Parts: sequence; C-alpha cells; structure tokens
Amino acid sequence: MAPDGNMTNGFKVVGTRPKRPDGIDKVTGRAKFGADATAPGMLHASIVRSPHAHAKILKIDTSKAEALKGVKAVVTRADFAEGLTGENWNILENVMASDTALYDGHAVAAVAATTALGARDAAKLIEVEYELLPHVTDVDKAMADDAPVIRAGAADKSVPEGLHPNVVRYHESGHGDVDKGFSEADLVVEDSFKTEATHQGYIEPHACLAQLGSDGKGEVWCCTQGHFNVQKVCAALVGTDSSQIRVTPSEIGGGFGGKTVVFIEPVALALSRKANRPVKLVMSRSEVFRATGPTASTSIDIKIGMTREGKITAAQGVFRLQGGAFPGAPMEFTAMCAFAPYSLENVHQVGYDVMSNRPKQAAYRAPGSPMAAFAVESVIDELCNKLDLDSIEVRLKNASKEGTKASYGPKFERIGLVETLEAAKAHPHLTSPLAEGQGRGVSCGFWFNHGGETAVSLALSEDGTVAISVGTPDIGGSRASMAQMAAEELGIPYESIRTTVADTATLGYNEISHGSRVTYASGLATIKAARDAVKKLCGRAAAKWGIDEDAVVWEDGCAKPSGPNAGDFEPLPLAKIARSMGRTGGPIVGHYEATPEGAGVSFATHIVDAEVDKETGQTKIVRYTVVQDAGKAIHPTYVEGQFQGGAAQGIGWALNEEYIYGEDGRLQNSGFLDYRIPVASDLPMIDTVIVEVPNPGHPYGVRGVGETSICPPLAAIANAVSNAAGVRLTELPMSPPRILAALDAQANG
Amino acid sequence: MSMIHVTTTVNGDEVEFLCDPRETLLDVLRDRLSLTGAKEGCGTGDCGACSVTVDDRLVCSCLMLGAEAEGKSIGTIEGMADGEALHPLQEKFIEYAALQCGVCTPGVLVATEALLKKNPDPTETEVRYWLAGNLCRCTGYDKIIRAVLDTAADLRKAS
Repeated sequence: MAPDGNMTNGFKVVGTRPKRPDGIDKVTGRAKFGADATAPGMLHASIVRSPHAHAKILKIDTSKAEALKGVKAVVTRADFAEGLTGENWNILENVMASDTALYDGHAVAAVAATTALGARDAAKLIEVEYELLPHVTDVDKAMADDAPVIRAGAADKSVPEGLHPNVVRYHESGHGDVDKGFSEADLVVEDSFKTEATHQGYIEPHACLAQLGSDGKGEVWCCTQGHFNVQKVCAALVGTDSSQIRVTPSEIGGGFGGKTVVFIEPVALALSRKANRPVKLVMSRSEVFRATGPTASTSIDIKIGMTREGKITAAQGVFRLQGGAFPGAPMEFTAMCAFAPYSLENVHQVGYDVMSNRPKQAAYRAPGSPMAAFAVESVIDELCNKLDLDSIEVRLKNASKEGTKASYGPKFERIGLVETLEAAKAHPHLTSPLAEGQGRGVSCGFWFNHGGETAVSLALSEDGTVAISVGTPDIGGSRASMAQMAAEELGIPYESIRTTVADTATLGYNEISHGSRVTYASGLATIKAARDAVKKLCGRAAAKWGIDEDAVVWEDGCAKPSGPNAGDFEPLPLAKIARSMGRTGGPIVGHYEATPEGAGVSFATHIVDAEVDKETGQTKIVRYTVVQDAGKAIHPTYVEGQFQGGAAQGIGWALNEEYIYGEDGRLQNSGFLDYRIPVASDLPMIDTVIVEVPNPGHPYGVRGVGETSICPPLAAIANAVSNAAGVRLTELPMSPPRILAALDAQANG
Repeated sequence: MSMIHVTTTVNGDEVEFLCDPRETLLDVLRDRLSLTGAKEGCGTGDCGACSVTVDDRLVCSCLMLGAEAEGKSIGTIEGMADGEALHPLQEKFIEYAALQCGVCTPGVLVATEALLKKNPDPTETEVRYWLAGNLCRCTGYDKIIRAVLDTAADLRKAS
C-alpha cells in the first residue's frame, strides 16, 4: 500500500492506511468490552441513587435488602476509606455520598447479589430517609446572592472576596490595555451567550468486574481511558496500596473524556471485599446520564472591537462555568482557548468555576474550548456582517502565527492556523451557491494537546516479530498507529507488529488517554523504544562482526556496516539477530519512559451550511467541511474519522443535545430518546482536509487530532443558523423552540 | 420465581435455556448463552447496539423477552461470518475504518445485513434512515454509509 502522495516525507509506513489489528474482533462481536467479562462465582451489583437534587441523608436502612435471598453484600459510605483529603475526598464523595446527596443520581448505597435482577430488586428495598434542601442547577442562579450554598468552604484562595461561596475558583489572564483597544475600534460588539451541559454520549455504559480480598489484593477489569488512574483512585478509596490493585482495561466503547473519571470501580471492589466474591457492576443508560460527568454549562459575555479594515483592537471575555457539585469546571481552558486563534495586543479574560446541584462535570473532547469558540466566533461573525467584511479574510488578518504572543501567555511555536484558513479559502465549499433558507458559517477552533507520563515497551520475538506494550487505552485506532510508527523505525512490515494495551502491572505509570496525547506521547515513546531496540540490535551485530557499535547503522530492517571503512559484512536482518539473541546477550527489549512536553497546539477551521425552516424552527445541516492541522497524519483514515466524529458531536451539541432539569432539580431526559444525539439521517457526509504543519516536538511532527475537531462546530453552526434565520442565536442548543423564540423576539422588535 | 424453559435456534444451532420471565432476549444471549456480541447501550430500544434478527426480522433484543424466543430463529453478529470468511460488509467496515470504538458495530452490521437482504440497491438516504435506529457516537456515520453503499454495489456486481 503506497502512502498518500501529498503526505509523504520519505515515510514508508507512516501515512498509509493499513487495516486495524482489532478489526476482525470488532466486526465479529468477539472484542471484549467492559460488560463482556465474567468470573467464576461472580455477583452482580446495583447502586441506589438519590432521587433528590440536594438532600440530607438522615438514615439508610439496609436490613430488608440484606434479608433478600441471594443478596451477599450491601455497602454505604462507611465501607470506604476514611480520612481522605483533597481530590481523593472529592472523588469518594462523588462515588458514594456521605451525609448529603448533592445531585439527582448521587450514589448513596450499593448491593451485590447472585443475579442482576436480584441486585436490582434488593436496591429497591434499601430505604433512605432524606431531608430536602434547597437546590440550584443554573450557573447564573448558582452565583446569585440568594443561591443555596452547595458546600461552604469549598472555594480556594483564587476567589476574590465578596463572591458567593458557590464560586470556588477564579481565573484572570491577558495582556495589553483593553479599554485603550476598544477606544481604537470602529465598531465594538458585545453579547452574552449560554450553553447547556451535554454528555459525551459514548454508547457503552460504564462497566467493571472487580475482585478484592481481605489481604488487600485486587483485580479490576473495566472500560476506562486510563487504567493507571483507576488503580490509583481505587487503592485510595478502598484503602489499599496501588501496587496491590491490578487493573486491566477492556476494549472501550467510546469515552471522549467521560471515561477519564472513576465512578463504579471502587464500589465493586468494596462489595467484593465484603462478599469475598468477584462483583460485576454495569451502569444503565439512565445512570450514565444522571451520575457520570457531563460537560459544564456556561454563561459567557464577550466584547470585541474591530477597525473598519477588520483588525481586532481588543477582546475581552467573562466565562462562568457550572461544573456540578464539586470544584473543577474547566474555566481556565475556556478562558485560555477563547481568543487563542488571534494575535491580539489587548486581551483580557476572566473565569469562574461555579458549583451547583448537578453531577460533577468531566472532560468532553477539548474541555471548555467549544463553548468559548461559540461565543467568540459568533461575535466575530457579527462584526464581519456589520462591517461587511469577509469572515475568512478577517480571520487571516488577525490569525496567530509562529512567534505570536498567545492570548493565554506564551509565544506560539510553529502552528498551522493560517494554513487551515488558506485551505478553507481554497475549498470549493466556500464558494458553492446557497439555496433559499440556507446560511453559511465558518469558525476557527483551538486546543492545546498534551504530553503526560508515558511508558512503552517493545519486545522482539525469536521469529523476528515484535510486541509493543502501551499503557494508553486505544480509543481511536492507536494500536494501528503505534505499529505503523514502530514499523517505520524498525524497517519491518506493519503486520509483523502487534500492539497490546498492557495492564497496570506490566508498565510504568501512564497518564490517561486524554488531551489528544496518545499518538503524540505514546507514539513518541514507541519511536524511542524502537530506537532503543535498534541500538541493541546494532550492538549485537557489532559484536558478531567484531567492530565498534558506532560503526553499525540500521537501514531497511537490517544492521549494516556504516561505510566501507567499517568493514565488509552482509547486512544482518532483524529476524536473524532476533533468532540468536538468547545466545548473544539475552532478550532484546526496547523501552522508553518519560513525560514528553513537546505537544503541539492545533487549530482547525470548519465551514458549514445550514438550512433553517422558519415555520418549525428545525435546522438541517446540508454541508460540512473540516479543515484541521494534524501535524502529521500517521493513519490518515483514522485522522479523518476523528475530524468527522468531532464535527458530528459538535452538530449534536449545537442543535439538539442538552441536560434538561426540572424545577425539582431532577434530570428530565436521562435516555437516548429524549437526549437525542445525531442519528445517521440527521447528518450529511462530512468532508475533511488534513493540513500537515509538523509539530517540532515530535519526531514525525504529530500534534494529536482527537479534540480540536469539536472546537469550531458550535460556532460555525451558530453562524450558519444565524445567517440563515436572519437573527443572532446566542443560546445552545439551537433547538426548534429556541430558534422560534429568537425569530419571534426579532419580529416583535 | 420459577424459570421458563425455552427451546430456540441461534445462528442455526438449536439451544435450550432456562430464564427468568423478566429477562430480555439480550440478557439471555449475553448472560446465559455467552453471546456477548450484542451490546446493551440503552436498554430502551433507542441505540440499536443490541440488534439481532428474529425469524429474519430486525429487532432490538433488549425490547423482547427471552421467553418470547421459543420456537424462533435468532441471528446474531456471531453468526454473520461464514467460519473464517467474513461477510463482505464486515470486510468493508474494516477496510473503510467504518468503526472506531466498535461497540455499535455489531448492531450496525446486523441492521445493515437486514437492509441489504430487503433492498440490495438502497440510496444514501435510505441507508441513513434505515440506520437511524443505530447510534454511533464516534464516526459521524460518514464512513459507515460509504461502506454500506459500496458493499451493496459490490454484491450487486457479484450476483
């Protein structure tokens, strides 16, 4: 298979599109996901959850449940570690409430029984006495003077005096003088925006199978984006040592950030310890919606000044993020990403992390960035409309480049925003005619990407094939891309390499598969592990030939003398060296452990056409184009898949998806029927353009692609819808009722 | 609660099982027959990850009771390939990367096979509406739709 012509740079395997190693398992139903494991003597568990948004737990009576036939264990908060502090305390409080239920769906007890139905029956027999407390679920209301306090003393030192105790963290950043900048503008546009919480909507609910003995030794099988994190958290929450808990990750049925968090594994371990049997715990879809980690909801104010020529003179934003009943809403990311695409002399951003009676927010693909882009890029679109300027030209005029002082502080290294804008400008989509009732929107988006702790091991077999062990769960085809990078370095076929996501006992600590880091960091570690193995292979050849190690080079899968002066020897292929390795010094294993810090930030530009039915308020996406800088696309098909997936999730976020809480503080749409993610008939084909501006921090230039693709869609679609409807939409999702309300408001002046 | 004895056919093999009257067909397939290819994504018939055929009709196995399988012929993802030989849809899904995490894939494939049996020459719109009951959160459906349309074209050429 030849590499794609426009993406090669002397690569033989990188840039090609081989079949994924887990392909057959996944099309035949053989792949084992979280809920697909069983163990001898296994029990099934069920969790009892608060039906109230905020309530004191007065009493939990488990006696009737315990008396039910087949019930083997019941646990409450008393069965978990005591004396935890900091983030571990927060996680435990979320995993199992102590004295107060903080949101609808908060776990208060759990039961294990011999059958799944029996566990569910028993859960219904656990009687919990509550005293209802006042609640709040809206971000602006949670900051208001009269809002009930979720937890006094939760705020950290960053919060200025005089703010409500629900404001638990505060962020301020920027540079220049925004007042001076606004005074230099020909037009200043100011607007306020709101976005509702959405859910990652992975199709596989959280599931685990856990065993914990009275000796503190345990095993966990679960679907997670980060099994080393599961190990660490479980050990703390059940009170044992990390190294005594071995966690094996299953295939993961989607995560998108939502499976970076621990919810059920410590509960299964606590039940197992009590029952002395393995326990399987699988969430229902309703539990996933009510009690995992949706995004923050936001309330945002944006003010941008622009000259008649389209130069931005100043920009400022206030970003309020509601992150549920615990600190941690990603308001710094929102603030830092908001103006990152633009080179600004005067910029100022403020962030508030606000607690409310909702589940603790979790990451969802570029956490915090899409909402910022929605607000900022809407105002830029409005400025372009009012000043009659071309929206791509304005973005090009103000675009961040290498050397630009970023809105969040540092100077950008080599970045590819301009290249994505130029590619968008050249794309036929941008000049194609629009039909009646249609509007076009464009938007840029930004995400940092991440490195993080990484360990990879690469072992040679005697037959010349190679096994790679990585510690980052494969969430987007990374077993294929790791094998491609190793094949490139070693000079052996892709098919001769098998990548395994190894358990926590096999490798050093690996950070979670998040931050678009896997192809970057595990990829870098794989390349370096392969180079380590190559060095050892060259050493064996040197010893055989009786020459200096430095006189041996590795080319096309063979050790060769570095030149005529080194001697005249037949090249030694990898397989030949591997065959005799037992006699020439022992097993050959390359490895690499580090915390790579050269992750490359990435930008995207999206173009979208939307058609709005002004009678019904219904919106149809009729055309969509994603242009994104990948740095280097290792497997272009999977890169396209990330682009398309991010865009599709963005379409859902923009048009349909939202958490709807009733007056009683209960979630009203905890199922896929009412929380409607895009279905096949909602979407058009999604065109992709892969731009490659290499990241100097990776041997092949990889930036990571998973997250940036969800940054522009909310804004691009809002701009398309606003242009189609003739009225600016400032709240997400732009569901039919909101569009009709905006049209009515405009008609009524 | 007394169990119900059921005799049925799964992927061409006769099977017998005992089940609680409340157990769904999906529960039975996964927990009693160890056929874990069908997945429970919602339990309410919204996501299609549990799609199987019952007497050649496409159904969500989470919406049918195990006891209702008596005397029926059930088809699951485990029966789609002919031994080592993958079904052309399975081949094409791998080739086109029409799956990322793969958890919806068994349901999508079972649903698609049922579509092509009914309609060997579907339009893009027909494929999109047929698969509207199979949620995929990873791919944005683009590569799935292309894989289905191109497999259908291949099969028409071959027949």
